[in-house]
Amino acid sequence: MSAKKLHIRNGRLVDPAHGLDRIADLFIADRRIVGVGQAPADYSADQSIDAAGLVVCPGLVDLSARLGGIEPELAAAVAGGVTSLACPPDTKPPLDEPGLVERLVRRSETHALARVFPVGALTQELAGQKLAEMHGLSNAGCIAFSQARRPIVNTMLLLRAMQYAATFGYAVRLRPQDDFLAGEGVAHDGEVASRLGLTGIPVCAETVAVGTALELAAQTGVRLHLSRLSSAAGMALVRQARDNGMSVTCDVSAHHLHLSEADIGYFDTNARLDPPLRSLTDRQALRAAAQEGLAVVCSDHTPIDADGKQLPFAEALPGVTALELLLPLTLLWAAQDELPLTLALARVTCDPASILGIDAGALRVGSRADVCLFDPAERWQVTAASLRSQGKNTPFLGREVQGRVRMTLVDGRVVFTA
Amino acid sequence: MSRLELPDAETQCAELADLIRPRLHPDSVLVGIHSGGVWVAQRLRELLGLSSEIGLIDVSFYRDDYGEKGLHARVRPSSIPFDVEGRPLILVDDVLYTGRTTRAAINALFDYGRPARIQLAVLADRGRRELPVCADFCPWRVELEPSLELILSAGDDDRLQWTVAQDA
Amino acid sequence: MHNPQLNANGELTHLLSIEGLPREVIVHILDTASSFLKVSAREVKKVPLLRGKSVFNLFFENSTRTRTTFEIAAKRLSADVINLDVTRSSTAKGETLLDTVDNLVAMHADMFVVRHAASGAPHLIADHLRRLQRSDVHVVNAGDGRHAHPTQGLLDMYTIRHYKRDFSQLVVAIVGDILHSRVARSDIHALTTLGVAEVRAVGPQTLLPACVESMGVRVFNDLRLGLRDCDVVIMLRLQNERMSGTLLPSAREYFRCYGLTPAMLELAKPEAIVMHPGPMNRGVEIDSDVADGPQAVILPQVTYGIAVRMAVMSIIAGN
Repeated sequence: MSAKKLHIRNGRLVDPAHGLDRIADLFIADRRIVGVGQAPADYSADQSIDAAGLVVCPGLVDLSARLGGIEPELAAAVAGGVTSLACPPDTKPPLDEPGLVERLVRRSETHALARVFPVGALTQELAGQKLAEMHGLSNAGCIAFSQARRPIVNTMLLLRAMQYAATFGYAVRLRPQDDFLAGEGVAHDGEVASRLGLTGIPVCAETVAVGTALELAAQTGVRLHLSRLSSAAGMALVRQARDNGMSVTCDVSAHHLHLSEADIGYFDTNARLDPPLRSLTDRQALRAAAQEGLAVVCSDHTPIDADGKQLPFAEALPGVTALELLLPLTLLWAAQDELPLTLALARVTCDPASILGIDAGALRVGSRADVCLFDPAERWQVTAASLRSQGKNTPFLGREVQGRVRMTLVDGRVVFTA
Repeated sequence: MSRLELPDAETQCAELADLIRPRLHPDSVLVGIHSGGVWVAQRLRELLGLSSEIGLIDVSFYRDDYGEKGLHARVRPSSIPFDVEGRPLILVDDVLYTGRTTRAAINALFDYGRPARIQLAVLADRGRRELPVCADFCPWRVELEPSLELILSAGDDDRLQWTVAQDA
Repeated sequence: MHNPQLNANGELTHLLSIEGLPREVIVHILDTASSFLKVSAREVKKVPLLRGKSVFNLFFENSTRTRTTFEIAAKRLSADVINLDVTRSSTAKGETLLDTVDNLVAMHADMFVVRHAASGAPHLIADHLRRLQRSDVHVVNAGDGRHAHPTQGLLDMYTIRHYKRDFSQLVVAIVGDILHSRVARSDIHALTTLGVAEVRAVGPQTLLPACVESMGVRVFNDLRLGLRDCDVVIMLRLQNERMSGTLLPSAREYFRCYGLTPAMLELAKPEAIVMHPGPMNRGVEIDSDVADGPQAVILPQVTYGIAVRMAVMSIIAGN
């Protein structure tokens, strides 16, 4: 069954890694792609799939998705066309012990849905006090190290953490936010927060932290990835560093490409994100950065139940459910900004795959057959029932989006059909 | 409805004053119900030559249809510029119909004190009472379809006049 | 966007914030309040409008004074008033805000008067009632976090209208801790909706919210400039915890820079009125000579507050 030979016919093949966008067939055998456009010699398919009218692209690669209850979220991932995802370490308990990482990997493998790449804790219990056992965590399967949303207040410890990670060549991810400047803030320190009387998180909370992270990364030579940039000013610092030859990478969340502080409306807790939704100017800068390839796009999927959201805004838990929206929101961005599909999809396939350093995100002969087939024209309504994730928390709830996944393949196996 | 011959309201005010005059107590004061009743009370005060100020009462806070209709869009302050306690009052309204407004006005007056008596003077009585209320003084009894509204208004020349409109 | 204060017919069904209230609605509330002011001056201070209705005072944050004014207002409308000391009871047992609301709805509550330390808590309750399709249950915001204190804003407007009649020519200065003040936000929205000539926000930068100009105010860091030619001065209370050194060096220095003294008040128009939402910190934001002086209208504010709350409750309970 798993070694089935699949022939995907007549689809619109979009492979951003190779700038490919044409009607062509895809041939799969032994869990791998064995032919693009042309069948290999002696190929006879066990199953033929008609993909006429559908886009056939690499399975999406998500730099950050929280799994909560693992199975429903992995089901949500493949329903959203996501075949590889990195899981941040702020699980309960946090991923600071090799045993915990092994268990997560094992548990996710038993479901044989999307592939899970754990990100290990940079410090023990994510407390920002003592370094975690990065070497052991790496051996257990961690592909990078981060603090998720927890800060390292002590900059000396941050320097040490980067030095230690650099020793082994591990990648460090930081969500740049100065803990003091962010304080008790729950929303962008701007018009909306001032009007609603919500404590603000100023943009300088991000820029100060970006500056610190860049400076220390330059000192240590660590491979630095900045997670969830939220502001134009923060993004400008990253651009400047890249222009100066630093190899820093960064990402933005798909929701941040579309929403702004205004979407909080009258205290909509679904719009409580971390980092916060900022101004329209900031949103525009994030879009520009994604367009030019400075930033990749991730879901930052964080399923939260109603109890965590039906609270006063400041008490509600931050985050959005987004695995199933990553593709539609990427397509919406591409449509609004009139971007070629290869460019937009690159930000959710080959680009994040190269940051993760994994064999994914491309349709080349010999690579793993992680494939997503979607109908780019189909519209669907985001409802509690239409989302497989246990989290229904998104400001897009009730809205109509375009682009529906019809089939997802992981390792050449069909793991989702609709 | 144009067939209905509407009497002159100013003339009726004089008729109403003539009805009241023989039974007027020297201490009597007039209390008009907003807004038509206030106009009529002002006319009566002049016609009867009363020296004391008239009272104005808005019954919005005492209406029994608050549960269905909510608070009246425009509530005007009530003003009772005299001591109600032990006073003979003449409550004045333009139209007596179901009797509910009268009931509300009487309740409101009792929150200012215990009057010696309350008499009711109206320009028009439409019948169709829903409460045991009757006017002590009334120059005009008129039968109208329930769907019609009988409205007293003050024209540009300040003259009072009747109109009939389809109930909204 | 759906305005959560209005019902399907566009009538006011909750009072959550002054922001978004049409001018006519504000004027209607003020007009109705003037009728209730007459009621409060009578021997019998009650009217039967809310007879048989249950008004629950849900104060998640202590404020005996505000709770009392709502209690008096509800009782003068003949409602039954139940005061819940939720700061101690339910939340201590882990019950969520909406659990508490559900329980009280099951007890046939008709109206909630809500005071909560978190901005947006009354919106959350109103939104919950909408989901439950309980349009017959009403919410009045009695102060939520830094967000809004709409009845205070309305009573301030009542006071200004009483003394100044016309709003269109007025210059109003709001002085002090605007950052943490729900009163300031409600006053700003009310004043701009009623079309005053100029609203000023006066205070040090540490006590001004980001982008406060976007609410339609002119910012002054210097009290002297801010008071110049003002018709109305609204002083805000400076909470004790703000004087601890992180936002301001000391209460003493604050008084020196931003305290309203008779000499400072002379910079305003001679007939300017001075308002304060109470409770006052004498010698911190306001000098006793001003607080007790002829230009202060702080006690009339309290009297008008009850009439305004009666107006609000009777209007929303009827819609």
